[in-house]
Amino acid sequence: MKLAENVLAGTRIAIARAITKIENEHEDAPELMRLLYPHTGKAQVIGITGPPGAGKSTLTDKLAKEFRRRGKTVGIIAVDPISPFSGGAILGDRIRMLDLTLDPGVFMRSMGTRGSLGGLSRATGNAVKILDAAGMDIIIVETVGVGQSEVDIVKAADTVVVVLVPGLGDDIQAIKAGILEIADVFNINKADHEGVERLNIEIAMMLDLNVEKPAWRPPVLRTVAAENAGISALADTIDKHMTYLRESGQLTARRTARARFEILELLQETVRQHILGLVQEEETFEHLVTQAAERKTDPYTVVQTLLAPILE
Amino acid sequence: MENRIRVLVAKPGLDGHDRGAKVIARALRDAGFEVIYTGLRQTPEQISEIALQEDVNVVALSLLSGAHNTLFPKVVALLRLKGLDDVLVIGGGVIPSEDIPFLKAQGMAEVFTSGTPTAQVIDFIKMHVKQPE
Repeated sequence: MKLAENVLAGTRIAIARAITKIENEHEDAPELMRLLYPHTGKAQVIGITGPPGAGKSTLTDKLAKEFRRRGKTVGIIAVDPISPFSGGAILGDRIRMLDLTLDPGVFMRSMGTRGSLGGLSRATGNAVKILDAAGMDIIIVETVGVGQSEVDIVKAADTVVVVLVPGLGDDIQAIKAGILEIADVFNINKADHEGVERLNIEIAMMLDLNVEKPAWRPPVLRTVAAENAGISALADTIDKHMTYLRESGQLTARRTARARFEILELLQETVRQHILGLVQEEETFEHLVTQAAERKTDPYTVVQTLLAPILE
Repeated sequence: MENRIRVLVAKPGLDGHDRGAKVIARALRDAGFEVIYTGLRQTPEQISEIALQEDVNVVALSLLSGAHNTLFPKVVALLRLKGLDDVLVIGGGVIPSEDIPFLKAQGMAEVFTSGTPTAQVIDFIKMHVKQPE
């Protein structure tokens, strides 16, 4: 496949078109990913998440520049929510990253949160693989840290940075939303604002509540991304975490877990579509729906009836 | 999953008026498009590179500084140079009607002057956008 070859050669237009194909779940997408997969696994993947307004885009911009200074190429995937009403989206992360545009060592793509839970993490996971296969050294995935699908997205990263800001009110609430568990690094951005010490203590207390003593305790860093303060230390810490993953064997464990997750997701989706297809072709399907609506039967019995011939 | 139309809304040139661009961005979002919005003051080089990386179907340019006769054709030329042959390029802003034939000859698909209802822009995009197979 020409497209896969061009992605492997790092051709920018091919990278862009490949990502479109996987986003649209084009019929060529499985073949494309099959060809690219053996060439993935080389990039260092960083997930950046946190509440809206925490400064994730600005931080991503500064972090990308820091890694560029260190001689690395950088791929960026910025995920923004789509409107549940129109299905449309305004993807505005590039506003904060405009001067990365013309750097030939950077490729950035904005993605809307289209599709189902599993579909979304699959699309972003595949976009990461495309950038990886195209030879990017560092890949940053940036997304709002709310909801299961976003958690699934960043879980695919080697290092997850959770960005918090002081003064969001009930700071602990942000952490409670299920992102404490996935953080490898905490980063307090806008650290020139009031309330940094309090937030720092709150994070430390949350970490202390953990009864297991993990080999890697997520460090708490501080940045003022808009002024480029603390960025270099953040990049160092991310690299240190990567070294820890490699030396402790955790990298293999994580990548095995990720492969398992991907396979189960894909299996689930494939089986689901296959069975839904079969079942809805059944002539009796609409009849059973009507029967259930009229309380002559019930959904559980209907499902058993429909599945019986398939599962035999 | 259906192919969603992706539109880059960009402001070439130096004027600082993005109200129109924001209104358009919002209207396009509500029409179900994915809109990549990039803020103020981009060069034609930046706009064409963003269009490439984001693989958009449409580039919508907003300009109120009077430099449209220079900047609009430059964006079109750079897009075509990068091999983005199918990208629909439309423009809007304070554009004298006598300039429009020239801009269309330079490859602009359509130019909308101020006061155009957003529904008209949406219909134009839906009618003329080229989707990859």
